[in-house]
Amino acid sequence: MIIGAQKPLKEICSMLEGHQNILVAGCRSCVAICLAGGEKEVGVLAESLRLHSDLHGKGWRIDEVTVERQCEKEWVRGVSEKVGDKDAVLSIACGVGAQTIQALYPQVRVMPGLNTSNMGAPEEQGVFQEKCGGCGDCVLHLTGGICPIVRCAKSLLNGPCGGSQNGKCEISPDVPCAWDEIYQSLKRLGRLDMLDEPLPPKNWLPSRSGGPRKIVNDQALFTIEEKALRGKRE
Amino acid sequence: MKVIGFICEHAGLPAAVLAGERGMQYSPDVLLVRLPCSGRVDVVHLLRAFRDGADAVFLAACLEKNCHHLYGNLEARKRVEQAKRILDDLGLDGRRVELFNLASNQAFKFRDAAEEMVRRVEQIGPNPLGVKK
Repeated sequence: MIIGAQKPLKEICSMLEGHQNILVAGCRSCVAICLAGGEKEVGVLAESLRLHSDLHGKGWRIDEVTVERQCEKEWVRGVSEKVGDKDAVLSIACGVGAQTIQALYPQVRVMPGLNTSNMGAPEEQGVFQEKCGGCGDCVLHLTGGICPIVRCAKSLLNGPCGGSQNGKCEISPDVPCAWDEIYQSLKRLGRLDMLDEPLPPKNWLPSRSGGPRKIVNDQALFTIEEKALRGKRE
Repeated sequence: MKVIGFICEHAGLPAAVLAGERGMQYSPDVLLVRLPCSGRVDVVHLLRAFRDGADAVFLAACLEKNCHHLYGNLEARKRVEQAKRILDDLGLDGRRVELFNLASNQAFKFRDAAEEMVRRVEQIGPNPLGVKK
């Protein structure tokens, strides 16, 4: 899931300066799970903004909406009535959600209320840990199910480095050394032999260095005939 | 002056009733809202009270480790802390909202909580939104 955290309230208030009809738009997916942009957070943020507006005589009219998945056009299209009369949308979904709203409603200014951080997982209540770097060339089968790209501070493919001490990374005593974890995992699996073979240099072309990525699933694409039968949809 | 007290059914409410029965005096500006549990309170409720002109808001909840619903008062504490941060960010002063833990037979603690919030408003000044209204 995508992990994010709400921007400071003061920053959000200053972003909204000069706008009157504002929609706070949340998402019930990833950002709701990481307690940053779900329905609950929309309610609290909207009420905070109303209080700010009343205190400073801004006259903001704040509306609220939370969609199932803000990254999907189908769900975002469903809130056209809410967006219609607004001059600003404050999206507290991830950056993907904010961009989807902007793409579908180009006449409205969309602002991010969240700083989108990473792809990760909840470790415990309130703790969210980055797990995947989206490198486009997964090696988890070679590393005991632990990602060296994002969980090792240096993204080493053949670790650990000299900074690994007592299972911790040199960047912080709170950060586990990914390569120590990989070693322990392979040991549990009885596959320490896999460490005998160094991993070859990685192909970074499918990663971010190749520019924005697009995946096309041929099986899912509509044929011309299907499109004709289903009717035109943007 | 307007001070709103959210009181839970199992500690805040009986303590307030007992305070009345014993003739304990506290400011008539304190208005009470009964909740089934302090954990029912939401940050939105706390903020809405200030939008509606409250000068201060407090919660009277069960003692910690003695919540009738096990951890409702711990949830309430987190929400009060979040509301404090928001009020500080908005320049309204986080001291305007507070949580007090008390037992159902501690009427004096309830009276002291109400009086403490009145004192704080006298110190901080009124909520500008209350003055406008």
